[in-house]
Amino acid sequence: MSRLGPRTGAWLLAMLLLATLPAWIGNSYYVNIASQILIWAVLALALNLLVGYAGLTSLGHAGLFAIGGYAAAMLLGAGYGHLVAAVLALLVTLMASAVFAVLALRATGIGFLMITLAMGQILWGIAYRWASLTNGDNGITVASRPAPFGLSLSQAPAFYYATLIVFLLALASMAVFVRSPFGASLTGTRDQARRMTALGYNVWLIRFLTILCSGFWSGVAGLLFLYYNQFISPQVVALTTSAEALLMVISGGSGTLLGPIFGAAIVVVMKNVVSAYIERWNLVLGVIFILIISFMPEGLVPGSVRLWRSGWHALRGKSAPVSAAGSEASR
Amino acid sequence: MTALAITALNKSFGGLRVTTNVSLAVDPGERRLIIGPNGAGKTTLFNLITGELAPDSGNIALFGRDITHTPCRQRAHLGMARTYQIITLFQRDTIVRNIMLALLGLSPLRWNAVRDLDAQHALSLGAREVLRRVGLDHIAERPLAQTSYGERRRVEIAMALAQDPKLLLLDEPFAGLSIDERRDVQQLLLAIPREVTVVMIEHNMDVALELADRITLLHFGEVIVEGTRAAVVADPRTREVYLGA
Repeated sequence: MSRLGPRTGAWLLAMLLLATLPAWIGNSYYVNIASQILIWAVLALALNLLVGYAGLTSLGHAGLFAIGGYAAAMLLGAGYGHLVAAVLALLVTLMASAVFAVLALRATGIGFLMITLAMGQILWGIAYRWASLTNGDNGITVASRPAPFGLSLSQAPAFYYATLIVFLLALASMAVFVRSPFGASLTGTRDQARRMTALGYNVWLIRFLTILCSGFWSGVAGLLFLYYNQFISPQVVALTTSAEALLMVISGGSGTLLGPIFGAAIVVVMKNVVSAYIERWNLVLGVIFILIISFMPEGLVPGSVRLWRSGWHALRGKSAPVSAAGSEASR
Repeated sequence: MTALAITALNKSFGGLRVTTNVSLAVDPGERRLIIGPNGAGKTTLFNLITGELAPDSGNIALFGRDITHTPCRQRAHLGMARTYQIITLFQRDTIVRNIMLALLGLSPLRWNAVRDLDAQHALSLGAREVLRRVGLDHIAERPLAQTSYGERRRVEIAMALAQDPKLLLLDEPFAGLSIDERRDVQQLLLAIPREVTVVMIEHNMDVALELADRITLLHFGEVIVEGTRAAVVADPRTREVYLGA
């Protein structure tokens, strides 16, 4: 098996491009954009565990994203070191996720969505109104980025590489997760919860553990976001953040590993790059989403695979088994 | 010891009594057929036995153990498996994957989040063995979405068989099948060893009667007639409410 398949080749090329990105992109502004894409991609991947694999749509993930950042910011402000602050912040996120899960798992579907939305808004209210704790609208500033193993992350390329490592860890852990027996159990609860119970699975516990896992990676993304900006404010906790994360997942392709990453890239590029040229960048973003939903309702990544294959088959004059091939490729 | 003992079971949906004082005793290895007109409460009885519904009163015991308050998922671990009248399978997966999920449900491996499911050869070999029993091993890798209705009926039964149950509950296993397919499923059910106790709901009397040792007739949630196959078929009340004059 010495010959590399096209899939492995594509992965290696992507890794090479990501690893050398600061060298060929040059400008630190764009390196920072790349860091932002990776941070949001971690959040989108975390949300995708719920939306894509558990079939539970959350509109409160901004709360889990921000609570990690806020907890770390407060702990750093209280004089704790970076490592202690980060570990405690993730514990706080896990506890918040557990509360989210216990309350939201009383329902599925729209009920689940509404409960997560309500809890996200409660956290936003705390961030915005409980000024003695969160400094209200002014937010909290963090004096410095950490320097793991003595390596300073203050410059854009160094921070990019730190983010890239965390992103790859998140991606790898999720790739393993979705292929595992537990991952199969999870998609089983998404597709036939009733049968899963009759087969002996604890559907509630499977969903609960998945929410904890999703919450953990949301908290990690929140920590990265805090250190990237060295600042956190209630704006991060707002409903628009939850909605954007959900758009990243759905536009890229929920229930696929790569979809949320591309979704994150589209949204971040629109917000940061296109907005410099077009004042009404929101309009452009909206049009792009409408196009994606119209022509690739399953999302950009699985949709592109489907169109690519049907185009390939059309070129070779064969009738394409379109839908089957598309859904298979999206696994 | 009785395989399945139901005592004075009651269940109402609002003002509608769907299970009225039902008592039932099924011996180990017995084949029990439950019949009754539409709305007689047959599937509700199954849902009470499996724990998908909680009874208002009464008791259910599985091999002498009271399981009235045991959650549905734990009843699977105690040796109870069921099929559904409306096919309830995993549409996005292959046939063999469906069976693997059934095997995984009783294995501690189901909590493992780091190993590769596709590399669990014992599991996939076990699933293939079950598929061989129901005659579907030649299309094991086929996505379920590309299978026929008759094949899905057999996957439905295979999922329950895969769990090696002590008590097997079959909810209309012949529903919607052609005559040939019914014969196939009948052979498949006849081949189930006598260590397994089978309770079956079925309307297709021509194929179902041959499988039954005893028959219970439900009508408006009540047991009207119960006895051996011959006795129930000959009973005038059976003709009246069910078989038609």
